[in-house]
Amino acid sequence: MDILANLALGFSVALSPFTLFLAVCGCFLGTIIGALPGLGPSNGVAILIPITFTLGLDATSALVLMTSVYYGAMYGGRISSILLNIPGDEPALMTTLDGYPMAKQGRAGDALVLSGVASFVGALLATVGLMFLAPTLARVAFYFGPAEYFALYLLAFCTLGGMASNNQAKAALAACMGLGIAMIGVDSSSGLPRLTGGNLHLFDGIDFLVAIVGLFAIAEVFFFIESHGKGSSIGVKLDKVRIPWKDIMSTKWTMLRASGVGFIAGILPGAGASLGSFLAYMSEKSVAGEKGGFGTGVPKGVAAPEAGNNSAAGGALVPMLTLGVPGSGTTAVLLALLMTLNITPGPTLFTERADVVWGLIASLLIANVVLLLMNVPMVKIFVKILSVPAWVLLPGVTMISFVGIYSLSGSYFDLLLMVGFGVLGYILRKLDVPTVPVILGILLGGNMEDALRRAMTLSDGDPTYLFSSPIAIGLWVAAIAGFVAPMFLRNILKKPQAVTD
Amino acid sequence: MASDRIFGLVCLITAVAYIAAATQIQTNPFSGEFLPKLFPLMIGGVAALCSLTIMFRPDPDPNWPAARTWGAMAVAVLVLCIYAVMITPLGFILPTAIAAGILSYQISPNVKPAIAAGVGLSLGLFVLFKFALGLGNIVAYKVPTAAKLWDALTILIPFVGH
Repeated sequence: MDILANLALGFSVALSPFTLFLAVCGCFLGTIIGALPGLGPSNGVAILIPITFTLGLDATSALVLMTSVYYGAMYGGRISSILLNIPGDEPALMTTLDGYPMAKQGRAGDALVLSGVASFVGALLATVGLMFLAPTLARVAFYFGPAEYFALYLLAFCTLGGMASNNQAKAALAACMGLGIAMIGVDSSSGLPRLTGGNLHLFDGIDFLVAIVGLFAIAEVFFFIESHGKGSSIGVKLDKVRIPWKDIMSTKWTMLRASGVGFIAGILPGAGASLGSFLAYMSEKSVAGEKGGFGTGVPKGVAAPEAGNNSAAGGALVPMLTLGVPGSGTTAVLLALLMTLNITPGPTLFTERADVVWGLIASLLIANVVLLLMNVPMVKIFVKILSVPAWVLLPGVTMISFVGIYSLSGSYFDLLLMVGFGVLGYILRKLDVPTVPVILGILLGGNMEDALRRAMTLSDGDPTYLFSSPIAIGLWVAAIAGFVAPMFLRNILKKPQAVTD
Repeated sequence: MASDRIFGLVCLITAVAYIAAATQIQTNPFSGEFLPKLFPLMIGGVAALCSLTIMFRPDPDPNWPAARTWGAMAVAVLVLCIYAVMITPLGFILPTAIAAGILSYQISPNVKPAIAAGVGLSLGLFVLFKFALGLGNIVAYKVPTAAKLWDALTILIPFVGH
């Protein structure tokens, strides 16, 4: 059994007392980050990256810490969805549909525990799926040349733009913004600066962390100034928390199905957890039919999106680790973390850095168990943390972001750039332009261009080389279909709107 | 409608400027004449196309905030910019207390809690970063000279600073 041997290796890396301690810290921190409205997983992980970096942790420890934060934030997102009707991030939107009505019926405790168990099932199954699928996909990825990689990056942007946004042109424009920003800096092959306008600060390029923290965390401050922090106080009371065995047993098949759906959605490059929870919810809704009462606060409606969401979060790690193409905003941030730690994801990762990969998988399993143990008895503590008022929380987040980015280079320029990205993020989100493609563009722009250049050099500038293999053609077709199809499906697959009071 | 048209126009101008800048990219014999320009030109082209689409098929306008809120946000941006340049000469504690206090006041306009939030966050984060996380080299307090302060402020003034 190859997998068991590998897993043993992983646990030998990840089970030291220190890494366990980090996993517990990360899970706790992550749950808080996910639970606080306005601070999602991408945000939280992005702010913490520079700080982890300056702490001087080694690659495995840093990875364990950040993946625990990542999974923790996925768990935490449901708390504010259920109690406040405010999704902490986009994938948690589906949980509000049944979670909030259920909480209003006085079953907030049940909903929280049930969704915690559903998250556990989803994440566990996805991690198991990751163990089996990722090595196989890594072997296929050896057949990928520059033409295939270029098409794959394109696929990521197209599915992201197609599925995750309401307006294709805006999503594509956002991707172009990110890619365009990624081109700034000294060109690796000619050694000459490109598009810097002669500004010395730009010769190094624009760090994606600056952009991520600006677009997500700083932009959030402007939204809170606009709304004066209204709507962030607890509207639903939480009484005794018991374990609702009956609900858990009655939703077991829902959880399993939703996990499967979510995992597949997570694997699609660029689609990620939002699509996972959406598809899981919608498929369970149609399985249950009219009598299922979805949308009125039924346990199945809470379990399905949570299992799907967490399972997609695990599935999104498959393309990220094997191909270096992240499946969601948060995995994009994790990819940034790996690159900062000088680990290049891709097919060779599984053979050359087996300790890192299997250590990561083992730490995911550990984080999952820790989270379940932490979330059921301690849910009241997390609920308490939700009552931190916005006028303390947001300035605090801003200041931590400043310290984090300042610790990257110690330059005022990065800080000013971050504020600029904050303003940009506010305007883009106001205009319904998705910001995740911008991040993905900045992150992948360099690799995408490298793939294109290599393809052009290999073929002596013949553009048909890009469509020369069956894999490449398949990816191009999928990319175009992923971009165009949602235009026609939009009327059929309408996103449900959040419940209003 | 109007917001999207303006947004599309701004993006179109930026895209055209980007394409113009891309044609001016310096090359050398090692990189070839064409390759360093190819991808930026493609990006600019796609961006221009998207901008045109947005201009001609705009979405409904979002709910823009009132003029007062715009003012508050402009103040917030200014505060954050000044904070960004002041953190080097002044250190962490004083600028953080002021900036966090102002932001807090803008989110919820109560003077006393805002001052408490500013001072509390500044000292709390200082203790957290310096003693718990060992980042004393990043968060510190410094006594600046007037020249250094002026130097830092000029960064924000176009054509005067660096």
